[in-house]
Amino acid sequence: MSIVLYIAVMAGVTYLIRMLPFAFFRKKISSVFLRSFLYYIPYAVLSAMTIPAIFYSTGNFYTAAAGTMTALVLSYFRLPLIVVALAAAGAAFLTGLFV
Amino acid sequence: MEKRIKNSFLRGTADGIPIALGYLSVSFGFGIMAAGAGLSVFEAFMISLTNLTSAGQAQGVAVIAGGGTLLEMAAVQLIINIRYALMAISLSQKLDKSFTLPHRMMAAYGITDEIFAVCSTKEKKLRPSYMYGVTLISTLGWVGGTFFGAAAGEILPASVTAALGIVLYGMFMAIIIPPCRKEKSILMVVVTAAGLSILCKYLLSAVSSGFAVILCALAASLVGAALFPRKEEED
Repeated sequence: MSIVLYIAVMAGVTYLIRMLPFAFFRKKISSVFLRSFLYYIPYAVLSAMTIPAIFYSTGNFYTAAAGTMTALVLSYFRLPLIVVALAAAGAAFLTGLFV
Repeated sequence: MEKRIKNSFLRGTADGIPIALGYLSVSFGFGIMAAGAGLSVFEAFMISLTNLTSAGQAQGVAVIAGGGTLLEMAAVQLIINIRYALMAISLSQKLDKSFTLPHRMMAAYGITDEIFAVCSTKEKKLRPSYMYGVTLISTLGWVGGTFFGAAAGEILPASVTAALGIVLYGMFMAIIIPPCRKEKSILMVVVTAAGLSILCKYLLSAVSSGFAVILCALAASLVGAALFPRKEEED
């Protein structure tokens, strides 16, 4: 399938999700269940995207595991996003020198 | 009047510099990932320019690489990016009256987690020019990083590009782990989603990765909303 079509669908859906509520929404969602559900969605999405895909992200299980552990520890101590992200890559690279 | 608009644009641009620097390095990782999945530098660049989002783009590239359908692509983007609709609703409550419909339709392009965070924590009403300033500089960082990442993917040694494949996932962990420490409801949702995702990967391998993410996220969020409904004041 043409990559242009994929990109058009991606861009169109993503834009409409942002634009429609921003341009036309005027009131507040009152259902506690719905609000709670929507609140949890981003955490659930990121978690499902990351596990187990992160272990395949470097093409080698051991380098990826080293990067994952590094990211886990550093993010537990609330280091900035960019520090965690680059340190994970650094750990994966260094581990790659030995496996 | 004209001068005031220009100033708030510049103020927005200045406030957007930290976002741009963060985007530069994260989108570098996206560029490498996209190139690794077989996309050209121009294609990766266009995805970043037209989407301006990390998780949706990363999963979108996975759908392309896996030869998924356009319906799957649309569904994946809808679920992953639905949070922007919430942010848009939240931001819509504090817009300056100069924010006319055409401005709203244009500025909506810039609703990302980070730009939302900067704009929504402003004390004053939000002006279009301020949001354009934040969005412009942030977008430059995002597409610039993507371009260099995708181009470098063809130049850098394989050991380096392989290691950089983990950058985006590292950032995702940095987003979800700290809230897990603070709220056990979030920890429960995150662990449930991860567990389901592992089950999908190894037991339901026929389910494509895009739909697996959707199913796991919906299920985990439903469980979270049922077991840990959030009261108004917690938001």
